[in-house]
Amino acid sequence: MYAQMVKSTGQGVKPREEMSPQERAFQDRIDADQKIEPKDWMPDAYRKTLIRQIGQHAHSEIVGQLPEGNWITRAPTLERKAILLAKVQDEAGHGLYLYCAAETLGVSRDELTQDLLSGRMKYSSIFNYPTLTWADMGAVGWLVDGAAIMNQVPLQRTSYGPYSRAMIRICKEESFHQRQGYDIMMKMANGSDAQKKMAQDALNRFWYPSLMMFGPSDKESVHSAQSMAWKIKINTNDELRQKFVDQTVPQAELLGLSIPDPDLRWNEERGHYDFSEPDWTEFFDVLRGAGPCNTDRMAARRNAWDDGAWFRDGLMAHAEKKRARAAAAKTAAE
Amino acid sequence: MTTNEWPLWEIFIRGQHGLSHRHVGSLHAPDAEMAIKHARDVYTRRNEGVSIWVAKAENIAASAPSDKGPLFEPSNDKVYRHPTFFDIPDEAGHM
Amino acid sequence: MAAAVKAAPTREEALVEFLLRLGDNTLILGHRVSEWCGHAPVLEEDIALANTGLDLIGQTQLWLGLAGEVEGKGRTADSLAFLRDVWDFRNILLVELPNGDFGRTLMRQFLFDAWHVLMLGRLTESADARIAEIAHKAGKEAAYHLDRSSDLVIGLGDGTDESRRRMQEALDYLWPYVGEPFMPDAVDQLMAAEGVAPDPASLRQEYDATLRRVLGEATLTIPQDPFAQLGGKTGVRHSEHLGHLLTEMQWLQRAYPGASW
Repeated sequence: MYAQMVKSTGQGVKPREEMSPQERAFQDRIDADQKIEPKDWMPDAYRKTLIRQIGQHAHSEIVGQLPEGNWITRAPTLERKAILLAKVQDEAGHGLYLYCAAETLGVSRDELTQDLLSGRMKYSSIFNYPTLTWADMGAVGWLVDGAAIMNQVPLQRTSYGPYSRAMIRICKEESFHQRQGYDIMMKMANGSDAQKKMAQDALNRFWYPSLMMFGPSDKESVHSAQSMAWKIKINTNDELRQKFVDQTVPQAELLGLSIPDPDLRWNEERGHYDFSEPDWTEFFDVLRGAGPCNTDRMAARRNAWDDGAWFRDGLMAHAEKKRARAAAAKTAAE
Repeated sequence: MTTNEWPLWEIFIRGQHGLSHRHVGSLHAPDAEMAIKHARDVYTRRNEGVSIWVAKAENIAASAPSDKGPLFEPSNDKVYRHPTFFDIPDEAGHM
Repeated sequence: MAAAVKAAPTREEALVEFLLRLGDNTLILGHRVSEWCGHAPVLEEDIALANTGLDLIGQTQLWLGLAGEVEGKGRTADSLAFLRDVWDFRNILLVELPNGDFGRTLMRQFLFDAWHVLMLGRLTESADARIAEIAHKAGKEAAYHLDRSSDLVIGLGDGTDESRRRMQEALDYLWPYVGEPFMPDAVDQLMAAEGVAPDPASLRQEYDATLRRVLGEATLTIPQDPFAQLGGKTGVRHSEHLGHLLTEMQWLQRAYPGASW
């Protein structure tokens, strides 16, 4: 998902009898669906796991601006340009909400940014794929945002209050994102032959990377089990992936596009679609930095940060000067 | 890496319906004036007729945590920010 | 084809021309501003600048929409934006210049906003009710843009040595492009005579006062050279930069003629 392969620091779910009274009380609150707030006591591992997860989610929003930002200056109509700009702007906003949520756990945004730029923290694999045609704006909105929403909707109920509130706001704002993507796909799929071809090509390229967004199967993962006990992860990766496929296949049919998976078929018995797994070797390659766009994405973020240092410092220096002048004026008046 | 990070501000907004100011989130800004401007851009997406309070996060004293999260009002300004702007056929399912 | 600048344009030609000037300014500046999306120095600024871009694109739809309507040849805001070539564009040179660093982008925004606010303020009293209505809406947005860009120019001018140096360099670089919107031509004269728009030269005094106030507070030195680069708003001679901008902006419409997006 936007947060993939987040490792909790524990060794699996701690058995209740091994918990301290404080830990037991903490787990009881979570089990009772109470929200944990910044000033509450929390296990160190809970805090650390959350920082990693929320941080990775925030980084994904920020890096996620780039593949769509790639088309803002080439949007084909004024309305499409405005919509796309508003959407990419929303992603910056969502990154901002999430960084703020992470900051309540005692880490600064600058520290998180440093961790992103140094490669210590990751962002979602999906944003390392290129956007090559206008149809990719459709595919990203429809598939990538669609996959993200699958994960984010349940996270509104996550146990950590600031994270939950950020997700509520994000989900509210995101609902237009997927629809605008599908809207682009409909136009393309019903358009000229060239547009139809573009639409199918975009689906072909984004289908498996979208399935990878949920991460490899985590049925056996001790990290996931702990995260689920803490309610910072709500569903398994496989559950979400299946839900995504089940939802998306009829939408593709409606567009008259075909999912690039010869083994895709409805399984009457399971009541779900059977589908092919993505190439997990490719996924791990992308995660370790060898995806088609990793280098470019990181370079873009590093440039924004480095080239912006004088701007941030300049305004900070001005604010301090103003404060000093106001203080001096006050002293003089007394 | 600069250590000169802009301070964190908590943002409170009163909407057009006369309810009292409510916490909507936080952001970074060099001073209060810029925090207000950023709050308008980040948290109201240009909704007119709102009142914004900002307080430096470090100056807020907090009681024991509450478990009720704030709700957020969507911006009314940009119609395409609302999902209903896009006419999606029912057959596409929930989106 | 937009009305070429003639010695004596008809009222309707002049009106279309005038509306294209307004709409092309916001179109091209909105485009430039949108280039920053995802690359600004800090998240809050990325979001704020996108809002400015969105406002400008929205205003473009109104101005160019009206231009097409007045022209009466079936052209829409989109066809005007995406299917004209360089010589048919009527934006001032200032807005088509490349962004440069973030300081230059903000300085250009300030220099534009300061003019834009005055122009739109006067246009709210236009004899043409359609223009007055658009100016009223756009004026509120522009006032906020000016508020923001003034604050940023002041903050960066009166910030660190480096930020001050960059802002002074930006001002010096942009200065030759400041004079163009105030230079009247036959179109402006006709619009002024009809009560549609102010004489552009009449805005200069107030503009200079804004500049003195803001740039003074920013501790920047206002260049004294009155020389002005011209040719954008008349379309006679744009910079080389506009063609590249249009190549990018218009690419899809040009590559797939007649497609619906």
